[in-house]
Amino acid sequence: MTDTVHEPLEQALIQLLTPEGERRSHTEYDSYIQDVDAEMLRGFYRDMALTRRFDKEATALQRQGQLALWVPLRGQEAAQIGSGRATRPTDYIFPTYREHGVALTRNVDFPQMLRIFRGISNGGWDPRENNFHMYTMVLAAQMPHATGYAMAVQRDQAGWDAERLAKDGEAVVAYFGDGSSTEGEVHESMVFAASFNAPVVFFCQNNQWAISVPFHVQSKVPLADRAAGYGFPGIRVDGNDVLAVLAVTRWALDRARRGEGPVLIEAVTYRMSAHTTADDPTKYRLGAEEESWVGRDPLTRLEKHLRDNNLADEAFFERVVTDGNEMAARVREEAMAFPDPSLAQSFANVYAEAHPLIQEELKWHLEYEAGFADTTEEGATR
Amino acid sequence: MSTTTMTLAKAINAGLDKVLAGNPKSLLIGEDIGRLGGVYRITDGLIDTYGADRVIDSPLGEAGIVGTSIGMAMRGYAPIAEIQFDGFVFPAFNQITTQLAKMRARSEGRFGAPVVIRIPYGGGIGSIEHHSESPEALFAHTAGLRIMAPSNAHDAYWMIQQAAACQDPVIFFEPKRRYWLKGEVDTQNPAADAFKAQVIRPGEDATIVTYGPLVPVALAAAEAALEDGRSVEVIDLRSVSPIDFDTITESVEKTGRLIVTHEAPTFGGIGGEIAARVSERAFLSLEAPVIRLGGFHMPYPVAKVEEQYLPDIDKVLEALDRSFAY
Repeated sequence: MTDTVHEPLEQALIQLLTPEGERRSHTEYDSYIQDVDAEMLRGFYRDMALTRRFDKEATALQRQGQLALWVPLRGQEAAQIGSGRATRPTDYIFPTYREHGVALTRNVDFPQMLRIFRGISNGGWDPRENNFHMYTMVLAAQMPHATGYAMAVQRDQAGWDAERLAKDGEAVVAYFGDGSSTEGEVHESMVFAASFNAPVVFFCQNNQWAISVPFHVQSKVPLADRAAGYGFPGIRVDGNDVLAVLAVTRWALDRARRGEGPVLIEAVTYRMSAHTTADDPTKYRLGAEEESWVGRDPLTRLEKHLRDNNLADEAFFERVVTDGNEMAARVREEAMAFPDPSLAQSFANVYAEAHPLIQEELKWHLEYEAGFADTTEEGATR
Repeated sequence: MSTTTMTLAKAINAGLDKVLAGNPKSLLIGEDIGRLGGVYRITDGLIDTYGADRVIDSPLGEAGIVGTSIGMAMRGYAPIAEIQFDGFVFPAFNQITTQLAKMRARSEGRFGAPVVIRIPYGGGIGSIEHHSESPEALFAHTAGLRIMAPSNAHDAYWMIQQAAACQDPVIFFEPKRRYWLKGEVDTQNPAADAFKAQVIRPGEDATIVTYGPLVPVALAAAEAALEDGRSVEVIDLRSVSPIDFDTITESVEKTGRLIVTHEAPTFGGIGGEIAARVSERAFLSLEAPVIRLGGFHMPYPVAKVEEQYLPDIDKVLEALDRSFAY
């Protein structure tokens, strides 16, 4: 097997919007997007465009030395907006560290997301405000948390009938990638979820590359096929088709909500940019491969659909660009103005309850730091 | 005072029963803890009282057990996870050290994951590989965790409840070779703060600090030392992280001599930390160097020779001799 050729991706994928922007009907999944009108479609485009613009600004900030690192997501906007928009506010999301688009759908304010990458916080935002968990840097470590959270949801909803579950039931989405799919915690989280029939949707963005290692080294079968081994459904969806991702994720969430257990979704997409700003894809993949994915760009596809069907006018696209630029300027301004964190506060966040070692070391730290202040004052008056 | 005689194992069982009865959000999860009652029967009968939703027989997977416990804790549950044996905690090491310990720091203090992880630990039971280890120092080195190790039934009964009530994650090391040690449990009057050490035998001439399975060894050694005319104070640490250095320092300022003993390997162990702290706090009170008596720097040995590996009464007495001979 070579690492230059991939299977034609249109095969065996759920697709509702072709790369040419043509709507394809699907007997099973059309019913899940019946409410999607022109306004919603424009909203999805806007979400994706703003996400891409944010990604571009953050990348620039990193290049200018204002962020330690950035994790680009260009190419994965449809997978993220489609799945994120499928969730309800009461659903709880466990993201990887690349889910900036999902974050947008959860109303996490973009500048807050830069606190992690600017060395100010290891969390960034309050996960409980938007039911959007912190980014987890240890690959796949969030996966069993998602299953456990779903097990807790089950307990909170014990005794609910089908009608109430469908109406008010909560579900959990666990995001991961083709790279982390090989981690043991993905396996254990799926085993536990299956054992307890937990209401969790495992959403894999297969972006074809785990930094420099191509997907076929991670797996010899489509990732969705693995679900059969756990005894729940697996489904492959065109991850660059926002409509298909929305439909499939809604289907999976509805199912989980009703108490029918987990689903594994493999959204086939492509990491059009580097793994992180510290990465150099020219060392391991061909420009021709990257070029081949430009034609499948999720934004281009939706733009074609909107234009060809007269669902959006030129003014709309211009406004999206303007709004994106304004958002980017605000992101930059707010990120640069973040107050510096204090190490003293770090002491306070280690334990909930009083801890003698923390108290002792904090006292030492404060006295030590205060010593510098004294020296300066003495020097100034001497 | 209403006291009941219980084995240490039964005391933990009774303590867990109290936790489950008192907090509807508390639950147990682990391998074989439900119908079987755990391989050591510590959770025996609890599934009958509280049902399979609160006494969860999990699939076999330690990262899954701890990871799902963290997830449940995030939604307000209070899981008490059981790791079947000390040597099997390592598949969960990542979840414990990178996730459980750091959740509060990562959330900037907004929330933590108050999970208790129970681990039967230590040797002396003639078992096979990975069933006799003492990995507490590996966790003590990780900020964000608390570590308890009860040595007697009364403490076990109360400390498991204190661990469950603690808003920080607690690793609860159970001295498995003392599971059948009987003791009086006062179910009305709580044990002292779990994070305070206790002087369990007062003495004047030397101090032995230990915890968990070696507490009876230290007490027996102190008794034997009387024959040599030595009055030895014994401190049961109870909490391995944080360590109650105040109680230790106070004792050493009185006795001038300190032996720290644990089953875990001496190198990089809890004893080294105590020796260093005591040298900082009570240097001028010391009549001799602090002596650490722990396991050798080797994988836990095969059962046929484990008695030569483990600290015992004679080794503690020899350590005392060295201290007094200095």
